[in-house]
Amino acid sequence: MSGILSYGFMRNALAAGVLVSLACGVIGTLVVLKRMVFISGGVAHTAYGGIGLAFYFGVNPLLGALAFSLGASLLMGWAQRTTRQRPDTLIGVMWAIGMAIGIIFADLTPGYKADLMSYLFGSILAVTPTDLWLMLIVDVIVIAVVVLFYKEFQATAFDESFARTRNLPVNFLYILLVTMIGLAVVMLMRVVGLIMIIALLTIPAAIGSLFLKSMDKIMWLATGLSVVFTIGGLLLSYAFNLTSGATIILVAGMAYLIALLVRRLCQRCPVE
Amino acid sequence: MTTQETKNVPLVDIQHLYAGYNGEDVLKDISLTVQPEDFIGLIGPNGGGKTTLLKVILGLLKPRKGTVRVMGLSPEQGRRFIGYVPQYTVFDSDFPIRVRDVVRMGRLSPKRLFKPYTAADDAVVAARLDWVELGDLADRSLKELSGGQRQRVYIARALASEPQLLLLDEPTISVDAEARAHIFDLLHEINLRGVTILLISHDLNVISRYVKSIGCLNRTLYYHGEKQVTAEMLQQGYNCPVDLIAHGLPHRVLAEHEEHRS
Repeated sequence: MSGILSYGFMRNALAAGVLVSLACGVIGTLVVLKRMVFISGGVAHTAYGGIGLAFYFGVNPLLGALAFSLGASLLMGWAQRTTRQRPDTLIGVMWAIGMAIGIIFADLTPGYKADLMSYLFGSILAVTPTDLWLMLIVDVIVIAVVVLFYKEFQATAFDESFARTRNLPVNFLYILLVTMIGLAVVMLMRVVGLIMIIALLTIPAAIGSLFLKSMDKIMWLATGLSVVFTIGGLLLSYAFNLTSGATIILVAGMAYLIALLVRRLCQRCPVE
Repeated sequence: MTTQETKNVPLVDIQHLYAGYNGEDVLKDISLTVQPEDFIGLIGPNGGGKTTLLKVILGLLKPRKGTVRVMGLSPEQGRRFIGYVPQYTVFDSDFPIRVRDVVRMGRLSPKRLFKPYTAADDAVVAARLDWVELGDLADRSLKELSGGQRQRVYIARALASEPQLLLLDEPTISVDAEARAHIFDLLHEINLRGVTILLISHDLNVISRYVKSIGCLNRTLYYHGEKQVTAEMLQQGYNCPVDLIAHGLPHRVLAEHEEHRS
């Protein structure tokens, strides 16, 4: 263990694991409870368009990802709220178009493009101190917003019609939430890659909601589980020389299957 | 708003309302006034516009024509005086939440943004849970409760806003006969405590024993503020599903009609 910690990149990677887990646990819980898994996947994949464009124009890819991610959040959030018919189709179409834009602009960019793969599959070992600061800022924003609007988020996730009859600003809260999903997506991209973001965003919260009876407890447990999955996956990937993002997701996926099994075998187990 | 003002103004005043979706009217020429302390039950078939009428009263759906006033205000402004109990089917029965946290939602309002729940809120929450006889289950998870208990939780949530009017959408759907009677006993007591009640149901048989007046809603409304289901009302509104009307009532002749709209 101390051997691993002597590497600077490993210390950064472990810190990144903890930092993303905070946003993951908090936002992931809202994503799962408000059934926004699909829209989150859409935002993550659309961000690839921004990465491709940024590569082409020689800008920092994270900026491109951020712009596309926030743009996709707002557009998909708007589609979800205002179109009566099949918002999931619109989201699916944007998802694919975003990916296509990224691939085309990567094609148009001359030179070696191996770095593009790291956004698809993650590269937690390449996290820089600047990335860590950005992650910390996102964490602070996300946690502050959720603490401020906790009871309103809970009410709209549970029953939006009722929240509307209480005159709560349900549209504002929704847009706020998708914006935070957009931020979290950019941050998670460094760790597991945009293809696997949905898994890390949803699995810890999904496990929590199997066993706990309140949203705040689920957020805590999801954060803890997310730390365990990212750090555990990271160490396993180091030990067996595997791709870190994929290992993290497999660890999380195995845990989810086990949790489902436990819940099934123990239907009458109390929820805390 | 003071009680004196509210005395002259009906809680709900609907005049010649037309409303629906995508340009097609589900409700046609509806007029209805709800006075303080009323306990009105509206029956009607699925697709007859019951839920649509509640949405219009709550300002969740704009009418195409006609006027709707709630406490003399527009529905958007007046709905803060309404406690709404949505239909059971809209809920995710697996949602991880404690009973107390559901009922607390009734205390929410734009004024409460950025302010945590207070001891005063929790006192109201506890009192309303007692009204529906769930005081000892406040810390339970919602998913551990029976269907009837859950329905009572939603009633307590609606009451937690200390409403003038309680609006219920099919409050006894998917609960057994015993729980159904219990819920109506509780609603009767709540009405005696001074809360006006308007509920919709497809089950005339049950509600006729408890409500003060009955109407039949099937796109148009047959309501005269009376308890009796009059022959005239049934004649006019005969396309209410006959199985709901005929059972146990002296109008079996209606069962001959083949006017089901499901």
